Amino acid sequence: MSEIWDGLVKAFQLICTFDTTVMSIAGKSLWISAASCLIATAICVPLGSVIHFNNFKGKRLLISTVQTLWSMPTVAVGLLVFLLVSHSGPLGILELIFKPGAIIFGQVILISPLILGLVISALNGVDKLIPETAVSLGASRLQKAILTIREARYAIVAALIMGFGRAISEVGLSIMVGGNIARYTRTIPTAIALETQRGNIELSIALGIILILIALVINISLHMLQRKRV
Amino acid sequence: METTVPPVFGKEKGYGLHKLALVFYDALFYLSGSDLDRDVLNVKRVICTLGAMILTLCLVLGSIACGKTRVAISTTTSLYDTGLWGVLEPMFEQKYGVDLDILRAGTGIAIEYGKRGDVDAIAVHAKSREQQFVTDGYGIERVPFTYNYYVIVGPVNDPAGIGEMSPEDAFEKLFTDASSRFISRGDDSGTHGKEKTIWAAAGYDYDTQVVGTGAWYVEAGKGMGDTLNMANEIRGYTVSDIGTFLAYQGELDLETVVDEGAILLNVYSVLACNPDNTNSSVNLEMGHNLVIFLTSDEVQKIIGQYGIEEYGRQLFIPCAGNEPTP
Repeated sequence: MSEIWDGLVKAFQLICTFDTTVMSIAGKSLWISAASCLIATAICVPLGSVIHFNNFKGKRLLISTVQTLWSMPTVAVGLLVFLLVSHSGPLGILELIFKPGAIIFGQVILISPLILGLVISALNGVDKLIPETAVSLGASRLQKAILTIREARYAIVAALIMGFGRAISEVGLSIMVGGNIARYTRTIPTAIALETQRGNIELSIALGIILILIALVINISLHMLQRKRV
Repeated sequence: METTVPPVFGKEKGYGLHKLALVFYDALFYLSGSDLDRDVLNVKRVICTLGAMILTLCLVLGSIACGKTRVAISTTTSLYDTGLWGVLEPMFEQKYGVDLDILRAGTGIAIEYGKRGDVDAIAVHAKSREQQFVTDGYGIERVPFTYNYYVIVGPVNDPAGIGEMSPEDAFEKLFTDASSRFISRGDDSGTHGKEKTIWAAAGYDYDTQVVGTGAWYVEAGKGMGDTLNMANEIRGYTVSDIGTFLAYQGELDLETVVDEGAILLNVYSVLACNPDNTNSSVNLEMGHNLVIFLTSDEVQKIIGQYGIEEYGRQLFIPCAGNEPTP
């Protein structure tokens, strides 16, 4: 148990001295996951609203499949993406393997079902009266969609936070397609995996604490953004 | 009840950039839940919008690769964990002006990366598989560049009493002794391959007599460092390369019990990958450069001296391209 305390102390030390290795790993984790989250959002919010507003055959089956994909293990997605982007795979020509781009590509695939499913739930939660009223006042389909998204914004931002959380904390995919290369594709979770294997428990705990702090800061910022009237 | 529905994609005049800025502006303020009144334009809003645009630009640009050529090599976990690459990597990067990406992988997957053309060279220690790699056309040439010896390590007071035996006899004792446990790498690595060789030399058929025959034989499925940690935890015996063992020794209650025997020879070789056979952009020039680098006099000297200061003994014996004899 003393290791956890030592880890806390070490985390404090590393943050206050702006230790370059840790800062670069943290920065890497942050921008890779933020990029994945943004791309997945850009895909899933429009897609989610299209699925939500249209009734078609197999819609419930589609939503069930999306929700089933939430349970995809990250190593399985990692293996799939590895086979795709390896030089002997179909997307090898993109030269993504063992680069941050491969991790971003994989994370988008990983978190899209999550964000899509939650966006659809969020839109479902909006009182039908609102879009109906908008349509009766002359809103186009696009305007109706945007209005509903705006009404569901808290739930949608919660979906983004969840997607970001899943992306920044996953190990299996990052190691398989990123290769855990020092200073290039090493993220906080993969660094924790490596340092634990090497027996550097203190450093691993410190990195874990830093990851939680990052998540905390992001959550607080997003909540503040939602509340403040600018 | 009147609801004004602000037009986001309405017909507005303006250049593309102006429209793009408006998209960010609207998105930002819809998300924030403020009452969006497009006619109110103050400094705060402008700064927020600009900030969001710059942030997105950075994220996008950051995703685009730029900079020096990247050379990727895969190396075995045993070699990586000794920290030798920590010394060699900056030297190589400086000499050739490239970024060296080192993938720490088990020998099995390290070779697989080579076959797939995902790396430009491999540095592993599995002689027969390396020779097969070259025969199959995936690699240009097998070039040994350093060697050391495996050791059999075990708990501090050697409960099975195998100290001073030959490796083959030690394995026989571990097999027959009911209370001793053996931890195998279990991951098809070079070290695992060596372990299988010793079992065969001791007269046991690995697949039928050793694997899965009981709780005494533990297949860790992990790298060397992790396997040593496991051996430490459950007080068992394992085979390790001397480099990794010395690097971890401080934190473990294990000692070398058997360290002599021709069969324990551990040769590390570097192989440049063949672009012709892997349909990819394997950097043959840099692969060759790595081979030249590792067998150069300067680097051979550094390899030979690695570890003396820290552990009091040599971790690697240089052999500059020649096959060492036990």
